[in-house]
Amino acid sequence: MTTLFFDEMHDADAGTRTHYGPFETWARGLPPGVMARKRAEADLAFRRLGITFAVYGEEAGTERLIPFDTIPRIIPNAEWKTLRAGLKQRVKALNMFLGDIYNGQDILRAGRIPADEVLDNAQFRPEMKGFKVPNGIYAHIAGVDIVRAGAGEFYVLEDNLRVPSGVSYMLENRKMMMRLFPELFAQQKIAPVEHYPDLLLETLRAVAPAGVDDPTVVVMTPGAFNSAYFEHSFLAQQMGVELVEGRDLFIDHDAVYMRTTCGPKRVDVIYRRIDDDFLDPQVFRPDSMLGVPGLLKAYRAGRVTLCNAIGTGVADDKSIYPYVGEMVRFYLGEEPILNNVPTWRCREKDDLRYVLDHLPELVVKEVHGAGGYGMLVGPAATKAEIEQFRAVLAAHPDKYIAQPTLALSTCPTYVDSGIAPRHIDLRPFVLSGKEVSLVPGGLTRVALRKGSLVVNSSQGGGTKDTWVLENGHAEPQR
Amino acid sequence: MLSRTADHLYWMARYSERAENLARLLDVNYQMSLVPHDAETERSSWNAIIALNSLEYAYAKRHDEATATKVLHFMVRDETHPSSIYSCLRAARENAHAVRGTLTAEMWETINETWLQLRDQSFAEIHSGGIAAFFDWVKQRASLLRGAMFGTMLRDEAFQFIRLGALLERADNTARILDVKYHGLPGAQQSQGDDLVDANDYYHWGALLRSVSAFEVYRKVYRDVITPERVAELLILREDLPRALHSCMEGVVEILDKVRNSRSDETVRRAGQLYATLRYGRMDAIFERGLHAWLDDFIDSIGDLSVRISEDFLVGA
Repeated sequence: MTTLFFDEMHDADAGTRTHYGPFETWARGLPPGVMARKRAEADLAFRRLGITFAVYGEEAGTERLIPFDTIPRIIPNAEWKTLRAGLKQRVKALNMFLGDIYNGQDILRAGRIPADEVLDNAQFRPEMKGFKVPNGIYAHIAGVDIVRAGAGEFYVLEDNLRVPSGVSYMLENRKMMMRLFPELFAQQKIAPVEHYPDLLLETLRAVAPAGVDDPTVVVMTPGAFNSAYFEHSFLAQQMGVELVEGRDLFIDHDAVYMRTTCGPKRVDVIYRRIDDDFLDPQVFRPDSMLGVPGLLKAYRAGRVTLCNAIGTGVADDKSIYPYVGEMVRFYLGEEPILNNVPTWRCREKDDLRYVLDHLPELVVKEVHGAGGYGMLVGPAATKAEIEQFRAVLAAHPDKYIAQPTLALSTCPTYVDSGIAPRHIDLRPFVLSGKEVSLVPGGLTRVALRKGSLVVNSSQGGGTKDTWVLENGHAEPQR
Repeated sequence: MLSRTADHLYWMARYSERAENLARLLDVNYQMSLVPHDAETERSSWNAIIALNSLEYAYAKRHDEATATKVLHFMVRDETHPSSIYSCLRAARENAHAVRGTLTAEMWETINETWLQLRDQSFAEIHSGGIAAFFDWVKQRASLLRGAMFGTMLRDEAFQFIRLGALLERADNTARILDVKYHGLPGAQQSQGDDLVDANDYYHWGALLRSVSAFEVYRKVYRDVITPERVAELLILREDLPRALHSCMEGVVEILDKVRNSRSDETVRRAGQLYATLRYGRMDAIFERGLHAWLDDFIDSIGDLSVRISEDFLVGA
């Protein structure tokens, strides 16, 4: 590929961008071998701490480290301010959209989004209709995936409004960097992120059912073999709340209780890290062993708050994604601050024709998919793969959208052969309770294979610490 | 706290305590096997290890005779049955993993690192590094975990259930060691009061004391030759020896009083009753009943308490 990538650290003439200046000077001054030693130290510490994720499809209980890269991703303050404003605006609109479609459906009646796109969507939950959630918040925790393209402009790639994960790596990466390189933090003003668990607890407490003054909050996990179990356990510990599984809870007269050593104890807010389908075997999947029978009824009775709410998946589905800009205009009367990636909806005849004609340049994604499995990356695909996908697409056009292949920005990263640019993205975590808040930065994921644009940890991606510089630094000049 | 969490903590503690006591016992037995003796004595001492853990059947399925190497392999690294040190430490780690958020970082790191260090070692590797060094390592890791717990953990319910598991397991293990060793050893069948103990006996009784880290304690307390009766007395009735039954039960009663709930009255009563037999009991009465019979009853009572504790606290409403 001849595409020019935007590099976070170096400009087109291989000069160092201003905001990376102090870091580069520091790195240049390191005696040889120090970095290798620190990287080994980080690996050892992560393993000892058990900061791992379980890998599906391998022997039960297989745990792997997510590779951690010691070169931080640095975001200048002014850029972060724009991102922050854009993220708050976007998540506000998404929450209003969810409240609307499960109640008055104004946006559908106004014809701003085709009604069938929403109502026929498999992620739309009729069980949620006509039911008011506390503060009108559905997506209390959102993990919005952001990428930066060739000219340095940001795009939102995905709004993750169901059970987004990764925040524990953001926090552990920071802890690790501070432990390995304290001098960097003494030297530069790097915005702290460690208060995230406090913000999260505040958010969860703020959406307790009406009339509950001192709510009992719990984190609900599918169990120790879930890929994100470390994070569930970590967040419960950091917030000082119980980590429960479905079997620890039961319902009595529409109230939720947990089984404790002193008998039943009432639960008011559940930060659930388990998909809608598994929450309540009486309503959703009857074979689910992970959920709590009767939970939805208690929820609809307003006796317990679920975070995130049920049915948020309709708003982060790829088929709805193209309309998020419309939501911002419709509900807030503002122009969206953050860009959407131009998207062709294959259900539209004209769009489909264009997509079929340009397959080698495009990324084609399944609308109900997640995790980087059911997609075609045109430029990286063989002729045969493209032809195979063409047939699938022609048969089920409504299941796909297509986007241009974005030249994701790169950041210098340690690889086997030394330091080389690798593609990255950014997942900030947006919390909505009484108000919308977020800690500076987020989780930076990096595709460790050369040329790869897939940053998912399930596909061999790694992570970096993400720094937002506080004021006092010059903005990037080049 | 959540019943399931308490359950994991309790079993984490039981398994790590069990691994430690196994290491102590095997260490001593191994040291003993280095002292000159006849083949029959050697075989019976390794058989006693198997019997002590009620593993005769599992062992017979895998090995024909009890030699030092075979029993050590079986008790240290055989992952196909749940009673080896390897399996105990794995179970301890799995239970800790399920509730890692409840443990302090120091505790979790200790227990996780123990497992990571053990996981990939074959028996040949353990053996070539010196089996005694391995047992020392197991004991050190247990001490480290205990130290991390006492040094960092909030004195809340989680702490109490961990201690409860450890104390019940320890009481059970001490009773078993005493039972098997007492009857497998010379001198024990003699009537009490006969202080004639030959050199060989001295080593055997010394070994038993060492397996519960009580050799120096014995010297300090009795300032006299080692007699079987005093060994039994020390390990049963001393309230100030951490591995004595009296001391363990004192802790159990104290904890049950702290965590008691609406279902636990009968359990508290039974624990108190068992404790009273130690607190106010006399050695001659125990010998009158017969030490073996008395220890059998005691082990059954511990089993009964375990079942009741599980029902009252760990299963949940």
